Formats: sequence, C-alpha cells, structure tokens
Amino acid sequence: MALSDELRARVVAEFPKYPEKRAVLLTALHWVQAERGGWIPPDTIPDLAELLEIPVIEVEEVISFYPMYSVEPVGRWHLQVCTNLPCCLAGARGLVRALEHELDICAGEVSEDGMFSLRETECLGSCGTAPVLQVNNEPYVECLTEGGLVDLIARLRARAAAADAAQTASKTGASGTLAPGAARPLNGGGS
Amino acid sequence: MAFQGYLLPPDGENWSGLRDYRAHGGYAAAEKALREMKPEEIQNLVKASGLRGRGGAGFSTGMKWSFMPADNVRPRYIACNADESEPGTFKDRQILERNPHLLIEGLLIAAIANHVDAAYVYVRGEYRTAYENLSAAIAEARAAGLLGPSVLGSGIGFEVYVHRGAGAYICGEETGLMESLEGRKGQPRKRPPFPAISGLWRRPTTINNVETMSHVPHIVRNGADWFKAIGTEKSTGTTIFGVSGHVMRPGTFELPLGTPLRDIIFEHAGGLRPGRTLKAVIPGGVSMPVLTAETAMQVTMDHDNLQKNGTLLGTGAIIVMDDTACMVRAALVIARFFRHESCGQCTQCREGTGWLHKLLVQVENGTARASDLDTIDEVGKFMEARTICALSDAAAWGTGYFLRRFRPEFEAHVEHGGCPLAGTSFEV
Repeated sequence: MALSDELRARVVAEFPKYPEKRAVLLTALHWVQAERGGWIPPDTIPDLAELLEIPVIEVEEVISFYPMYSVEPVGRWHLQVCTNLPCCLAGARGLVRALEHELDICAGEVSEDGMFSLRETECLGSCGTAPVLQVNNEPYVECLTEGGLVDLIARLRARAAAADAAQTASKTGASGTLAPGAARPLNGGGS
Repeated sequence: MAFQGYLLPPDGENWSGLRDYRAHGGYAAAEKALREMKPEEIQNLVKASGLRGRGGAGFSTGMKWSFMPADNVRPRYIACNADESEPGTFKDRQILERNPHLLIEGLLIAAIANHVDAAYVYVRGEYRTAYENLSAAIAEARAAGLLGPSVLGSGIGFEVYVHRGAGAYICGEETGLMESLEGRKGQPRKRPPFPAISGLWRRPTTINNVETMSHVPHIVRNGADWFKAIGTEKSTGTTIFGVSGHVMRPGTFELPLGTPLRDIIFEHAGGLRPGRTLKAVIPGGVSMPVLTAETAMQVTMDHDNLQKNGTLLGTGAIIVMDDTACMVRAALVIARFFRHESCGQCTQCREGTGWLHKLLVQVENGTARASDLDTIDEVGKFMEARTICALSDAAAWGTGYFLRRFRPEFEAHVEHGGCPLAGTSFEV
C-alpha cells in the first residue's frame, strides 16, 4: 500500500472540516511529502485520488501547479534560497553561488550522496531579515551571511548523523523495532 | 515619544497564548459584539470607521460586508487571506506568529456581523511558525468556549480552520484562494458572481486579509471616532509598514496611514547606508509602480496621496533602493517573478509575462536594440485590464514603471551593450 495506514487515518480525520473531501488534497500532499522524504512518489497518487474521490489527473494537476510539491526526489535537506528583489538587494545571488560551491551542485540539483538539494525560490515573506533561506519546511534561517552558510551546512550534516545513529541504536536495541519518527527516511537523490 | 501601535505586542513580546492576550484586554470586544450589538450595528460601525482592506486593494471592509446577502442563507463563510506573498510584504506574519488571538477575535466579530458559520484561514505553506502558533491559538480558543457550537454560551456557533497553501502567489488573489481551498489549482474565477454571492463551495463568502481583521476588535472596543482620529480622512487607522532593501534597520513599523515616506525611511528604518543616496522606492510591494527618489521624498503613505503621485499603497511594503542599484536588474527580477507566478489561464498574462522577462534579460545583458524598449511598453499596455485577475496588470506596472521613470538607464544599457553599474549593483 502506497499510503501508510497512519496517513490515511489522518486524511480521513480532516474530512469533517470541509463540505467536500477533495479540499483535503493540499494538506494530504504536504503529509505525503513529509512522510516520504520531501517528494511525492508516483505510487501515492492513485491512492490519494481514490481516498478523496477525484480523478487521478486532478491530483496530478494540483501537484504540478504548486511549487512546494516535488515529483522528483530531493535531498534529505532541501535548501531553498529566496531570490526575489529584497533578498537580491541583500546579496542573495552571492549566497546561492557560495552554496553551489560548498555543496558542489548547481541550483536545481541534488548532491550525489542525497544529503542536500538546492533551489531558488520566490519571496518567502521575510524581507526585513533578508537574505533568507528555508530548510525543508522548518522555520526560516534569516539574515544569512556566507560565513553563516558554512556553519548551517555543518549543523545539518551533524543533525543527519545524529538521527542516523539514533535509528541504528534503536534497530539493534532489545525491542528490535524502529523508534517512530527517529529520523526522516533518506532518499536516494542524484543517482 | 515613538508612536504606539495596537496590532502587535511590544518588541520581544509574544501574546500568542490566551492568558497573555486576555491580560491585555483580549476578547472583551468579542464579548461586547456578542452580547450588546446587533449584526447590522457591527457592520455599520466598521463602515463608519473607514477601515479599508490591508491586503493590497484598499476596499472598504464595511462595504464589502454589506454585499453579503441579507437573508440567512446557510452555510456561509469567511475566507481569511493569510497567503502573504507579495514580494516585500511580511506584516501578516507578525500578527500570526505573535498575536494570533487578535485575528481570531476579529474573525469572531466578523462572523457575528455577517451570520457566518465558519472561517478558513489560508496560510501560505512556507509559514511554519505562523501556522503552528495560529493552530495552537485556535485550539486554546475552542477549549475556552470562544469557538465551537455555542460561543460563550450564546447559542451562536462559529469555527475557525487553518488551511495550508503550497507556494503559489496567485492563491492570494481572492478567487484563486477559493479554488485552492477547495483542493484545485489556484486559477482565479471570472466575476460575476462575486464571492459575497457565490464564494467558497458556491456559498456566500466574505474574504478579508489578516491585518484587516485584526483592526476590527480595536474598532469595536474603542469606537469608529477613535479609529478615524488616526491616519487621514480617507485612509483611517494604522497599518504595519514593512521596510526592506537598502536601509540600516529593515523591519516592520506600525504607524498611522498618511505617515510621510521620508520619515519611515530615514527615522524608523534608520536611513540609508553611509555615503549612499536614495534612488528609487517601491511603496506597496512589487506590483505597485516604483517612485523616483524625488517623488518618494514628497509622498505620504495613504491611498489618496500615493494615487495622486502615480502609484498605490498596495500592502504598504516599502522596498528601498540606493544609488548602487541597477533599475534594469530590479525590473528583471520582478518580471521573472511574475513569469513564474502567472497561472497560465489568460493569454495576455501567460505570454506577456514571459515576453517581458525575455526582453528585460536582453536589456540587462546588452543584447537588446533601442526598439526593444518600446516593445516593453507595448507589451505592458496589451497586458492591462484584459484578464480575469489583476496579476497581469501588476506585472505590467511592476516592470513598466521602471522603464517609464528610469528610461535613460535602460537606454544606457542598450548603448553600452550591458550594465553600466555592473561593478556596484546588486546581482540578480
């Protein structure tokens, strides 16, 4: 089954908020992305369509319309740098260049180890603290500097390593089961 | 002494908890509206206050409410626009993160005034903290009986739901937002019918911006005359100006409408960087016509004055550019944005935004001919007032006024075969 039972239950629990089931689609797609490592695998689409009682093509239309949904694997840490006017005035272009250099990828690509992907994005609504960057769907990283970028990348690598270690520990532990939510699943990315 | 606003807690404070909000007088206005006022009284009060929408269009809120059908057709809805995406704008986020109960109270009063059953707050998908703080505040309000089947035991039922968007600017357009909330692509609807008659799920719907709703509790508590005493005759109350770009202290500043733009830039936002001079200011988000420094120094930030000076208040998002900034590059970034955000329904917008962007790329990199500048003008004219929504007009204005008001700089690019300011200007 492409959608987990837990996700199905969460979607169904949203139905009473709206007069029509399909209104849950945007929310459901966010949850699929969160559960599946930042993108929407094709096998989830027919299941969602069936659950919301709409044609598959309408799910696909919605996915392709909204920039926050990805139909391709993204990095474990998906970095989005705002390059709209206020951020450009504050040096966003230099930051994109520095990130490309640091991660050895171009904007729009995923690093070979699947750890990072980089994208330019439109205004994030944080113009007073420009330039700004968002990692996955976390709270923004504001007032970014080139020095700060290097620290950020190191922190993200460390967080991934810590999450992996916790997962390994729980796997080899007495219960032998996976601790729920111990880590985001790692996606294959680039290759 | 600095002006004290009423929409946000003091710097460094957060009133997103119900206890904090109540400690500062929170929900007193909703109780008053619920127990002492008739729905028509609330509508008339808001109309009398002169409150105009803070989402960009500046339409009278009381007037908008009066378009809701008078008979009690149920259900009916409020769509609250928290899809703050106009580049330069970051004010609603402050309310959502730091004072979400103010919005909930405003929605509750609006619901009483308009016989509304439920409000859907459409929060842009990227606003994680805003989404969480608002969701937590709604849960608290529900637990306290401020929302639910019988609000404070009145027998009036009202619910607020939060709905997350997914990154499309066009969903800030009122009918694009409704399509998106229903689970579709956010492509704007043809009007008529207008949302008051046929909105969310074809039911009567009033759509209001976050900041607009947040003024309402204060108007109910303090009266229309109090509100009208702030601001100008036709632009009443305060607004949260957002200042970004080449200033020393960018940020948000809640000030009366009608405050001189010069004061906002040079006093509140700390002025320009040392040794720099002012070149251009966009006063209301990138959709609004840019001003030259000379005009910018004379305007006041209210609807009438800005219109008289060839621009509009929009969202009050002030983007400041100093003498290092290349005007062609600024126009180019704006064109790129609108090309990305056009929903693709109308030919003029879909083709026009792409064309404008392509032409501006050529001007910037020095491969354009002099006649291409006239083409930019012509394309812009072909995009105005011909489409289902205003995105096309916004794209034409946001870029076209750079050419109209800074034409010599565009011509210099053509003559030089590239950017004469390349060494100093920001990059795109």
